[in-house]
Order: sequence, then structure tokens, then C-alpha cells
Amino acid sequence: MRGNVIALAVLVGVFLLWEAAVRALQVKPIILPPPSAVFAELLNAPAWYLGHAWYTLLVTLAGFALAVLVGVLLAVLIVESRLLEKSIYALIVALNSVPKVAVAPLFVIWLGTDAAPKVAIGFLIAVFAIVIDAVLGLKSVPPDILDLARSLRGGRLATLWRIRFPCALPSLFAGMKVAIGLALVGAIVGEFVSSQRGLGYVILSAQGMFDTARVFAAILVLAAMGVALFWLIAWLERLAIPWHASQKEQLSTH
Amino acid sequence: MKGRPAAAIEVRGLRKQFGRQGVVAIEDASLSIAPGEFVSVLGPSGCGKSTLLRCIAGIETPSSGTVSVGGIPVSEPPEGLGMVFQRDALLDWRTVADNLMLPIDFRRGDRAAARERAAALLALTGLQGFEKAYPSQLSGGMRQRVAICRALVDDPVLLLMDEPFGALDALTRDQMNIELQRMWRAEHKTVLFVTHSITEAIFLSDRVVVFTPRPGRIADVIQVELPRPRRLALRTSERFNGYASHIRTLFEGMGLLKEEA
Repeated sequence: MRGNVIALAVLVGVFLLWEAAVRALQVKPIILPPPSAVFAELLNAPAWYLGHAWYTLLVTLAGFALAVLVGVLLAVLIVESRLLEKSIYALIVALNSVPKVAVAPLFVIWLGTDAAPKVAIGFLIAVFAIVIDAVLGLKSVPPDILDLARSLRGGRLATLWRIRFPCALPSLFAGMKVAIGLALVGAIVGEFVSSQRGLGYVILSAQGMFDTARVFAAILVLAAMGVALFWLIAWLERLAIPWHASQKEQLSTH
Repeated sequence: MKGRPAAAIEVRGLRKQFGRQGVVAIEDASLSIAPGEFVSVLGPSGCGKSTLLRCIAGIETPSSGTVSVGGIPVSEPPEGLGMVFQRDALLDWRTVADNLMLPIDFRRGDRAAARERAAALLALTGLQGFEKAYPSQLSGGMRQRVAICRALVDDPVLLLMDEPFGALDALTRDQMNIELQRMWRAEHKTVLFVTHSITEAIFLSDRVVVFTPRPGRIADVIQVELPRPRRLALRTSERFNGYASHIRTLFEGMGLLKEEA
């Protein structure tokens, strides 16, 4: 709680400094508008910004959800099969270093200009973080515990569900925290490439009109959305793994 | 708390080699354990005593020889097996009460029916009131107590313990020895207990099986005829020391204990 107050104070301080600097140095609004102008722009048409933000949010969440679903499934297959581990996993790790943004235009050709290509790009960028962290988590079961599961005559499925999966949750949440941000990047990139909606479209069209205040307003909304999404995952993490060391503070205080 | 009858263990000519050209962990081990008997396997680190236990548990496959539990040859983990490991192997994400339910969950048993026994076991080890605690909130000794309760909760016919107190401090270890003796006297399970502590082995066991270093062979089997319940003070008695010095002489003969000339 105290950390949040300090973070908020720092944020307000940055805005004040920015405002003061722009006024003192008489920076042209087209280069850097003062925060007061950015907020004024936001408050001028809040519903309009909210509408575009809503679209970007839905695209992001869809890409993220798809990444979690497919990513966890892939990770399970990789962990359960030696062959897949040697083939798919090595490929996935190698592909992770390919700049995925570069393939965005392809998705527009394949999937059209609706939400689908944006979701696909968000998915593609986010899925690697999920797979890699989920595999790490599923493999992090101590050997003693695997022996224990065997001594209890636990089959593969039971061991996966009762042992491997819960053991992987801390690592999976770490991956999800990274992936949610990446899904947002994917959504914006998708909207840059081709869109009539979303905050990416707002930024691109405002840039065309040299409306710097509007660009900043959209970025501000995006930043707020990114932080909110991160908090959402952190909140889910607290609910899902209250036992984990990363959540210890909460445990000992009640 | 009267449960299933304890199982006998038969090991005949057991040999285990890891890989084709690999280390021979056990060579020609034969051993019969009666139902309800407490037997310790004692030996230096890496002498294959854990491998013996894992072969009996059906987790490791023998290279040759046979193992049977309750008259049934072991080819997979036998039914009614309780295991305790050196590191407690508790599930961090389950509370103490839920950790105890793991054996029930794995055989899709009725949790409600097992609750009473779980509570009784926790009370027996002084853990009542900790049902809702997570393992990370417990001390090493408490965690190992939970692990023992978990091994006993589903009324096993056989309890296999692999250096369960090896990671505990000396005081806690003594306390755990007393508690384990009490639980064994209450339940009378067949227990195979792997340790490298001479004192612990004599204190707890009906018989002590002494292993040689690599490859592990059975050097001697010592019948411990000390009345129960045994008290910690017994460990300084003449008879107790007689057993201990006999075992020490065995280890010296293997070249494991050397004194300055």
C-alpha cells in the first residue's frame, strides 16, 4: 500500500516537472505538449477514447487467452514427450528470437482487416513467454515428489494434474505477467498495420495530422491499460498461489 | 486404529546395475522381513541402501533377483505403500490437512472417511492446530512429521523411509526417533528404515542390516534385543554400546573407519 502511494507521488512529480519544463523552455506543442494539454484532449472526448481503448483491450485479452491456452497445451506435450521436447521445443526456442512484428503484414493478407489478424499477432508474440515458462514450471517438480507420486501409483494424467500443474503455477504466472504486456504490443502492432479502430489506429491517424497531444493521450490510455492488465494478473496470482514464497508477505500478515 | 495387516518383504539375490556398463549399486542381496518388523538398513553414503528401498518400492527395476511384498512379486509400486523421503516431499501448494489427503486423492478415495484418521495422526505428532498451515510456515521437524503422517494416513501395509531424519538437527532427530517409535508401537507396520546413523538404527530397530560400500552387499544382520519402549538414555547403556561397537568393528573391517596409529 505504501509502495503504491510513493509510486503515485513519483508519477505526479514527473507530470509536474514535465509541465514546468515545457512552459519554461517554451517547447512547441507539436514536439511535446504539456500534460495539461494531453489531459484536456482526453477529457474533451472521453467516450471516443474509451471506445477505442475497449477495442484494443478486447483484442489484447483474446490474444492473451489464446496464448495461455495454446502455450500451456504445448508445454504439457513438450514435457510429456521426449520426441516433442527434442523437436518442437528446440524450434520454439529458436523461433523466439525471430522478430514476430515483421510477420504482422502477412496476417493481414491471411486474415483480413478485422480483429482476427490483431489477435493473431498478439497471440504470436505472447505465446513464447507462456510456453517457455510453463515448460520450466512443469519440469520444476523435485524428483522426490515424482517418486512419491509413483509410489502412490499415480498415473501420468493424475501426476500431471495433481503434481506438475500446481508446481508450474508460480512459473506460469511469471510468464503470464510478461505475456499480457506482449499481447498488448501485438494488438497495437496489428492496429498500426491495418485498422479503423483501437488505440493503435488513434495514434497512427493522429500522427498523420501532427496532433501530438492526441498521440500522447492515446499513449497515456495505453500505459494505464498495460498497468491495469499487469495488476489483474498479479491479483489472480495472489488468489491462485497464496502458498508461494512470492506471496509470503500476504501469508504472514493475516 | 487397527488397520490392514502388515506385509512381509522377501528379497532374493537382488542385483542392480545402472546402465549396461554402469555402477553396480547392489550385489546379491537377500533379506526376509516379517510382517510388523522394524528393520534398518545401515551403511555409508552411496552404498546402494536407497536403491534397495527403491527396488522394494517398485520405483527401480532390479537387474536380476526378485522382490516381493506381501507375497506378490513387485513389478510396479505395490498397493498400500507409505514412503518418507529425506527431504519431506511435501506439496507446497497444499495445506497440512490437504497434504495428508494426497494418497487418498491419488486412488480417488473418500476424503471424508480419511479425515478422522488424519486428525488422529496429526494429534499423535503434536500437529493439531496446524491443519490449515502451508508447509512453508513449518519448521523442518514439523514438515517431516507431516510427511510421516501422510505416509501412514491411508493405512499402508508397508512403510519405507529413506533417511527421513538426515536433514534434521541432532535434537530434533532424537525427538523424531522417540515419536517414530511411539507411532510404530501404535500401528505395527512393517518398516524399512534407511539411515547412516549407527545410533538411530540400533535405537529404532528389531534388526539392523549392515551394508558394505560399493557395490552394496549385506555384511551382517544384527538382531537388536533391547526391550521397548526404548528411552534415549538407553543409548549410553552397556548393551546398546555392545551393538554399536560391533557395527563399528564391521565398518573398520571395510576400511571405512580409520584411526591414527
